[in-house]
Amino acid sequence: MIELNINGRTQQVDADPDTPLLYVLRGQLGLNGAKFGCGLGQCGACTVIVDGNAVFSCITPISALGTRAVRTVEGLGTIDNPGPMQRAFIEEQAAQCGYCIPGMMMRAQAMLERNPNVSEAEIRKTMGVNLCRCGTHMRILKAVGRAANAMKSAKGST
Amino acid sequence: MLVLLCAIAGAACSTRTVIDSGAPAATTAFPKDRIAKGATLAAIGDCASCHTAKDGKPYAGGFPVSTPFGTVYGTNLTPDPATGLGRWSEAEFRRALREGIGDHGEHLYPAFPYDHFTLLHDDDIGALYAFLMTRDPVRNEVPANTVIVPRAFVAVWKKLYFHPGEFRADPSRDPRLVRGEYLAESLGHCGACHTPRNKLGAEKKDEAYAGGEVGGWHAPALNAGSTSPARWTADAMTAYLSTGIADDHAIAAGPMAGVTRNLGHVPKDDVEAIAAYAVSLNSGGSGARAAPARRAAAGDRADSDVNGARIYAGACGDCHDRGRAADGGALPLQLAIAPTLPVPSNLIHIVRDGIVPQAGERSRWMPSFAGTLTDAEMTDLVTFLRANSGYPPWTGVPAAVREAKQARE
Amino acid sequence: MTNPADADASFPPVLSRRAFLAGSGALIVSFALWPLRSVAQAPAAPAAGELPASLKKTPLLDAWIRINADGSVTVFTGKAELGQGVTTALQQIAAEQLSVPMNRIAMITADTGQTPDEGYTAGSNSLKDSGTAILNASAQVREILLTQASQRLGVAPERLSVRDGAFVADDGRRLGYGELVAGQLLHVNAQPQSKLKDRATRTLMGKPVARVDIPRKVTGGVAYVQDLRLPGMVHARVVRPPSYGAKLKTLDAVAVAKLPGVLKIVRNGQFVAVIASDEYKAVRAMRALADAATWEAAPALPPQAGIHDHLLHLASQDTVIRNAGDIAAAAGTTIEATYRRPYQMHGAIGPSCAVAQFRNGQLSVWTHSQGVFPLRAAIAEMVAMPLDKLRCIHMEGAGCYGHNGADDAAADAALLALAMPDTPVRVQLMREQEHSWEPYGPAMIGKARATLDAGGRIAGWQYEVWSNTHSMRPGKAGHLAAAQVLATPFAIPAPQGIPQPEGGGDRNAIPLYAIPNMRITHHFIAEMPLRVSALRALGAYANIFATESFADELALAAKADPVEFRLKHLDDPRAQDVIRSAADRFGWSAFQRARNRGRGFAFARYKNLAAYCAIAMDVEVERETGEVKIGRVVVAVDSGDAVNPDGIRNQIEGGIVQSLSWTLFESVTWDATRITSRDWSGYPIMRFPGLPQSIDVAVIDRPGQPFLGTGEAAQGPASAALANAVADATGARIRDLPLDRARIKAAIGA
Repeated sequence: MIELNINGRTQQVDADPDTPLLYVLRGQLGLNGAKFGCGLGQCGACTVIVDGNAVFSCITPISALGTRAVRTVEGLGTIDNPGPMQRAFIEEQAAQCGYCIPGMMMRAQAMLERNPNVSEAEIRKTMGVNLCRCGTHMRILKAVGRAANAMKSAKGST
Repeated sequence: MLVLLCAIAGAACSTRTVIDSGAPAATTAFPKDRIAKGATLAAIGDCASCHTAKDGKPYAGGFPVSTPFGTVYGTNLTPDPATGLGRWSEAEFRRALREGIGDHGEHLYPAFPYDHFTLLHDDDIGALYAFLMTRDPVRNEVPANTVIVPRAFVAVWKKLYFHPGEFRADPSRDPRLVRGEYLAESLGHCGACHTPRNKLGAEKKDEAYAGGEVGGWHAPALNAGSTSPARWTADAMTAYLSTGIADDHAIAAGPMAGVTRNLGHVPKDDVEAIAAYAVSLNSGGSGARAAPARRAAAGDRADSDVNGARIYAGACGDCHDRGRAADGGALPLQLAIAPTLPVPSNLIHIVRDGIVPQAGERSRWMPSFAGTLTDAEMTDLVTFLRANSGYPPWTGVPAAVREAKQARE
Repeated sequence: MTNPADADASFPPVLSRRAFLAGSGALIVSFALWPLRSVAQAPAAPAAGELPASLKKTPLLDAWIRINADGSVTVFTGKAELGQGVTTALQQIAAEQLSVPMNRIAMITADTGQTPDEGYTAGSNSLKDSGTAILNASAQVREILLTQASQRLGVAPERLSVRDGAFVADDGRRLGYGELVAGQLLHVNAQPQSKLKDRATRTLMGKPVARVDIPRKVTGGVAYVQDLRLPGMVHARVVRPPSYGAKLKTLDAVAVAKLPGVLKIVRNGQFVAVIASDEYKAVRAMRALADAATWEAAPALPPQAGIHDHLLHLASQDTVIRNAGDIAAAAGTTIEATYRRPYQMHGAIGPSCAVAQFRNGQLSVWTHSQGVFPLRAAIAEMVAMPLDKLRCIHMEGAGCYGHNGADDAAADAALLALAMPDTPVRVQLMREQEHSWEPYGPAMIGKARATLDAGGRIAGWQYEVWSNTHSMRPGKAGHLAAAQVLATPFAIPAPQGIPQPEGGGDRNAIPLYAIPNMRITHHFIAEMPLRVSALRALGAYANIFATESFADELALAAKADPVEFRLKHLDDPRAQDVIRSAADRFGWSAFQRARNRGRGFAFARYKNLAAYCAIAMDVEVERETGEVKIGRVVVAVDSGDAVNPDGIRNQIEGGIVQSLSWTLFESVTWDATRITSRDWSGYPIMRFPGLPQSIDVAVIDRPGQPFLGTGEAAQGPASAALANAVADATGARIRDLPLDRARIKAAIGA
């Protein structure tokens, strides 16, 4: 059994240490957010946050995680109580098929937590690691911008 | 000593003049084939890499070149009259390449490798001039150099290390090798990265192609000191230089990525000539040096080895154990050069940042493991891969891992 | 599909069976259910006059609308949610016409066990076919309920108001829909005419109602077939042949069978798969199985360089699809140009997936296929089962953009479920399998030739297009990848064209321009060097690229402004409106050209029947690298009655970005034996840094007008607007797609 820290909770997982995190999230833990897109670290549909860094969960073996904190889109909020990033994506209707979106959100979340005042050019460059095939990019950018503002004003008010 | 140097410098200064040869030729004066030839030569010279700032316009300058003496910024090569070459005549341009002298008669810092470009034939210089003068002029004031050495001292440096003069072909040699040598030594300026430098920043001619350092990357030895596990053939080298990939060796990364991208636009026979020459540098020895015997005894393994092996199995093995031919497969690492190099920097860069094609480019793809692995895991993995190469352990791996991380942030 | 999050407890979904057991107040749905029910007696003969859209094929009202005892509504559609927002739009239509709030409605989509058969969700026909059917069915259901209420309350219908799913009299007496419905009340055929709600009172249709599926997609809910988890489910991976037609020589599966978690290895002819207890074990076993197989190389593929010439020399069936006036009579300056399009792929971000279960003689398949009914027929043929023993249920996948690997994955899952009865089996294709086996958008050649008269008008226009079929969708087993390689393989069916006015390779081959002498020829090439089928917009992408690039070349020759030139040749006022809107909002006439900077325009009406779309854009081209930086993209679209204007904008923005990606980057690559573009490293697509600065879409709403299909309307115009802008910026006209950096650099010269 391997112990993992997922969305703030300790989880015991019965899987080979070599198993990429993506399969453990979806299989053993039943979390739907991170998606299989390529398994090669090329598309970012599997993106989650590990200790503040956006990573490809499809190439991250669970043996490498140790006690590091793993966050998935499920950790950003719920359907009844969505977090700022999720609200932003809903408000901007930033999805067509939506398959790439959780990965986008985690990439954006890690970026904004690092630097809430990131420029549009920087956003485009950072998000460039994640692919969208439906062409939802413009809305994704708007949603990320909206989330950035929401996160900034939330900070300001505390 | 200082007085003597100043005297020599002063003497050197007084022999240079400003060439006043009137206005440069209008762009319409350059025949199309001359310009096309110049484009090819500029690609071989990889001029764009040092003369284009990150996210800047091509050839408009502003790229910082770190030297032990400070930072030199690549100049604006576009024909902008105020900030670029717009007012340079062909004669001034030729003098810069051949003698390392600017349009105000000043010595140019040898970060600009005129010790290589001096070898260029006149009409190649003319073609380069035609090419540069027909680029789009871009107004760009390049930042001032921060070099601590005054230009006058460059005169001394030149006296010691610079031997201007055009390339002379050896008629007894295979013409293809001659062409390759000419291109590689002049425009290719391969030695500028692949040859170690002395304390005054000059290439050590007696250690030509024994390997060098550039921008945090190690430029591997191309001579008999090469540690490439598989022997480089001319075909493999041609493939590498023109496509950025040699199946049994490497994918171009770091500074070589730009070089190979440019060489992809160069006529095949020129690339083949350069490749033949590069491979010939290694013909003195027995080809790739045989790798020392691997460390076998399990009892010898340190904890980090076990950890490294485990990380390898989980993060790398799925792709790297299957070979390039398999779907999602990658180079088996016993063929990889990076673990065999004298320093860990290349391997660390590749694991951290991956090797990722440019927009719209078709190329192999190694993903980035920066967030996936902690610094400690990166250290253990790199140590494990080094141990498996059979070469003695690297020193200072944790520091190198930290440095690579800081360079990115 | 209803909210899958709700359905967790009840998979396989059998809502109507529950409703049936719940007793009266719910309608009996009249077509085959699970388990099989006999079709209820057909009521009185249909009324005179044609029923609109899908009502023609499925006239019974309760096939579309069910009012439950508690007043909630279930709406059935044969169309599938692909991420285009159709579920929301249909829900809006039903909610509007029924006068119930959105959240009172549950949508059930594309299920051979429950919904009408509306063929494929394709061709941008969903609102036209299903939307129109539901529009009318809902309105008619409301009227029937109104009549009931009027009778029961003893109040004239016009004295009753409808609010929140109930009819209310002046005195406050109220009857909810659930109380009104009984027995076979709605088991009647639709009428040709409906009393639609007054447009002025619309609260939902025409409004940008938020998509009902987005909240669960951004909070980790069950949203895709990839998320489906059934009790006891196992995981499978297939081993596809390395190339088309490769034969399996040896397979030494002994060691693989012993790998941890491996439950079964399946081999049937060239069909090879492994089933394991968990997904990653399946992946590992698949790799081992692939290594344990040796294949005989297939016949050589034609060289990629020169593929268009190769296609031009293949036998073709030649049809003149438009012959107006006399092309020989057109006099003036003649211009010719040839345009080429490579094979391009769907490249869904999520490789295809399906789950199947064979239990009690019934086979259920959960699939993101675009056509569950035709798929069912194909699988039934493949496994020799009667149709009524097979149920295909749509669950979303990643965006598919046409016929991708979804049907193949479904067939794989069906075969494996039969190999492991009672156990739900999940098949997930790998990235490389999706990339190399999906049916591509075919390579095409378009040759244009036109004559300008002395006044600069187009006097004659000739266009010939060469193309394979654009549809090899199931129907038949031989359309499925697995079926093609079984021990007793199914032959690949002969390709079919799609007749005009829709067209396949000839879609939009006929320009909308008013040209007195016109001759358009479609050369249908039967032989398919690579596997091909429908990719978003079908032939319209290449044909509009050609037509609209050529229109600019003609405008240049006529020394005319490209926008004015188009307007001059169009009679259709709606076409003129979108063109003017895009051009004006772009600032076309005030554009400042600069070095390496230019503007481009294009217009088309998708299929000459569906949505109108006009696009203007500006670009800056970097000479040294061939890189194209796109500035502003300004668009106008007319989709008729705009049910969800935001949905329209979303589809158009997405279509533009996707088309820009195809146009700037994309072509499938192959060597002598196999496809070499096997993942994103070999098939680069648009990423964030390459995006335009902005995309601004104006929707021209035409309430009351028929719905016009929009999902594919932007593909063609975006490509030509880009090519025209690049030509304007550099003077280099490029006619070969994609306009990648190398081509642009070569066209500009040193």
